[in-house]
Amino acid sequence: MHKIIILFLAILMSVPVFSQENLQEVKVVNKRKGIQKSFTVTGNTTLITSKELLKAACCNLAESFETNPSIDVNFSDALTGTKQIKMLGLTSPYLMITEENVPSVRGASQAYGLSFTPGTWVESIQITKGAGSVVNGYESISGQINTELIKPINDIPFFLNAYGSTDSRFELNTHFNTKLSDKWSSSLFLHGNARLAKLDMNDDGFLDNPLAKQINILNRYQYYNAEKGWVSFINFRYMNDKKQTGELNFSPERDKGTTNYWGSEINTERLDVSTKVGYVFKDLPYQSIGFQNAFNSHDQRSYFGLNQYNIKQSSYYSNLIFNSIINNTMNKFSAGLNFTYDKYQEFVNINDYSRIDNSVGAFFEYTYDNADDFSIILGGRVDNHNRLGTFLTPRLHVRYNPWEKGVLRFSAGRGKRSANIFAENQPLFASSRTFDILDSNGKIYGLNPEIAWNYGFSFAQKFSLFGKNADVGFDFYRTDFQNQAVVDVMQSAQQVLFYNLKGKSFANSLQLEFNYELVEHLNLRSAYKFYDVRTDYLSGNYQKPLQAKHRFFGNLEYETHIGENGNQWKFDYTFNWIGQQQLPTTASNPVNDRLPEFSKSYSLMNAQITKTFSSTFEMYIGGENIGNYTQEKAILGSENPFGSNFDASIVYAPVFGQMYYAGLRFKIK
Amino acid sequence: MKNIIVVLLVTFIGFSAHAQDKKNKNAKYVTEVNGNCEQCQKRIQKAAYSVVGVKSAVWSIETHQLALIMNEEKTTPLDVKKAIAKVGHDTDEVKATKEDYESLHSCCLYERK
Repeated sequence: MHKIIILFLAILMSVPVFSQENLQEVKVVNKRKGIQKSFTVTGNTTLITSKELLKAACCNLAESFETNPSIDVNFSDALTGTKQIKMLGLTSPYLMITEENVPSVRGASQAYGLSFTPGTWVESIQITKGAGSVVNGYESISGQINTELIKPINDIPFFLNAYGSTDSRFELNTHFNTKLSDKWSSSLFLHGNARLAKLDMNDDGFLDNPLAKQINILNRYQYYNAEKGWVSFINFRYMNDKKQTGELNFSPERDKGTTNYWGSEINTERLDVSTKVGYVFKDLPYQSIGFQNAFNSHDQRSYFGLNQYNIKQSSYYSNLIFNSIINNTMNKFSAGLNFTYDKYQEFVNINDYSRIDNSVGAFFEYTYDNADDFSIILGGRVDNHNRLGTFLTPRLHVRYNPWEKGVLRFSAGRGKRSANIFAENQPLFASSRTFDILDSNGKIYGLNPEIAWNYGFSFAQKFSLFGKNADVGFDFYRTDFQNQAVVDVMQSAQQVLFYNLKGKSFANSLQLEFNYELVEHLNLRSAYKFYDVRTDYLSGNYQKPLQAKHRFFGNLEYETHIGENGNQWKFDYTFNWIGQQQLPTTASNPVNDRLPEFSKSYSLMNAQITKTFSSTFEMYIGGENIGNYTQEKAILGSENPFGSNFDASIVYAPVFGQMYYAGLRFKIK
Repeated sequence: MKNIIVVLLVTFIGFSAHAQDKKNKNAKYVTEVNGNCEQCQKRIQKAAYSVVGVKSAVWSIETHQLALIMNEEKTTPLDVKKAIAKVGHDTDEVKATKEDYESLHSCCLYERK
């Protein structure tokens, strides 16, 4: 009887469980390397610290991966100035993007969500390649990016960052932090950015970068009681983002909904409330329970010429997680339940695609770690989703250290998701293409859910070369789509087709990496990446459009010794070479609005210099696209934007040329 | 579907109930173990874990203290010390044999008390 009661209690408690490793995860990483790769963690995970983020001083999460080879940052889309990220050759919808382990960029926020987290808020980012953990959900296919924000408990009382650039973008970040009691701490983060001037460097009559305004406020509270084992976070966040783009002469008040001038506005308002509670059992440091809840409302109102697109997503997410051991701490497990509810109110012109999605799932993840040279994580989850049905998600990660400083990893797993075809492909609205969905029997826009398997292995070795630290890495991943919501721009320049995969679709990704400390304080990071991403379209099998097959990445960093009062210089230089890219077909256009089948290869250079005057004050200047490479023809049919050849979505290189910026950081410790 | 959830829950509860039941199932015990380096740490902890009933074993390189959490219904501190002595490390109650001590890697040859 006694046992039954305990069982019941445990069931009840586990129902809302969902919070996990954050409890032990207070990382002190500030003074260490910018990018850290562990040789003892099971997954192929890279940790980017706040130090690394300072190398690309601007501005938000989308732009914070530029010095990291694992993630490809693509120049902004011509319309919104938002940078796209890719991993393993797949765009961000195939990544699980979480903020403090709560899914953040998903659904309606898929296209622009990464630009809604200011860079100065970020404490660290963990990037895991390949199948992720089952703890956060079933959606991840090519990897997981988790962002940890600065924690109130160890933040400094005041921080200020001001930034301005020659593309007329300005930013101000202030952080206030106070200790409310010995257990409670609170932070208030304020962020504002604006792009004020209309710039058209390529004289096509269109803005190269949108006019923009963003206000972003985060207020969070942290409770920490080490004696009793309780940790808690409460976050409130409000964001308002406005963008306007299109022809130079476009004026929203006058020209919206007309064919006077082509223009576009994208206005987003977002509200987030989330809570987290974690408890570490007394006398059992290896056992904990956590409960997370997040509510958010994301409201985007937008139009692109005469195309109207409005989407409002109201979501609730909850996760209850229990961590403990089996026999001893070499055998750990996490188990729990999660629940998601998404209400979409989505309108494409006059078509109403509103719907409600919800899912409930249970997961179990077992970890064996011999505390030496071998570990394995075996995870599985069962979900029931009103559109995806009931399904299993298995994931496996294995790590083995065959010898000192060498690590071999393998992972495999399945991911499933519903493609938000309009939200994810918004740049295509900036064209005269018609959107045609060819299937009608599926549960989401007439399409079936996307299902993919991902397998990969990697090897890394640290060694000493001429007395200096070096490491080499190699990884290969393959993603195989069982079904995909194919976005077909290979049929015609006047159409985009969406249909269920007929035939094959896969992404092979190979990365070779070499890092070396050339001389003291001078570090080289380099990577070559090969992507073979192919899909069977109706018109044949093609390399995925706007994806380079070959890429090369190089980064050099140099720091002087830290002087007496914190005086220091830091130099950083990044080089990217991007190979030929398959372009969408333009064969159906008149001759002067056709593009070649493949784009030319090109290279980009960024650099930054930071001067630290003391531990409280520093300044930086930097440049992006210093070689001033720009795409020859950024907008097809720009002379006649309401004609049938107009297309602002084919962007494979920077539209805006070189850009320089400067900024300062001030701290009160 | 429901069945699967129930099974998962019960499995998971089974473990937690097991871990929480009575206090002496999670007894804490700290003792000094002789040793000096990271290699010793791995060996000592591995030996401790080989004893059924040891849930957690953490040996500190600096303080030479071994912190154990163990199920007293299944084992005693003496059992753990015997297992550790067997791989060459001295404890307060059980000393390693000369052969076991000498078979250690040279980096691990700590000063015997």
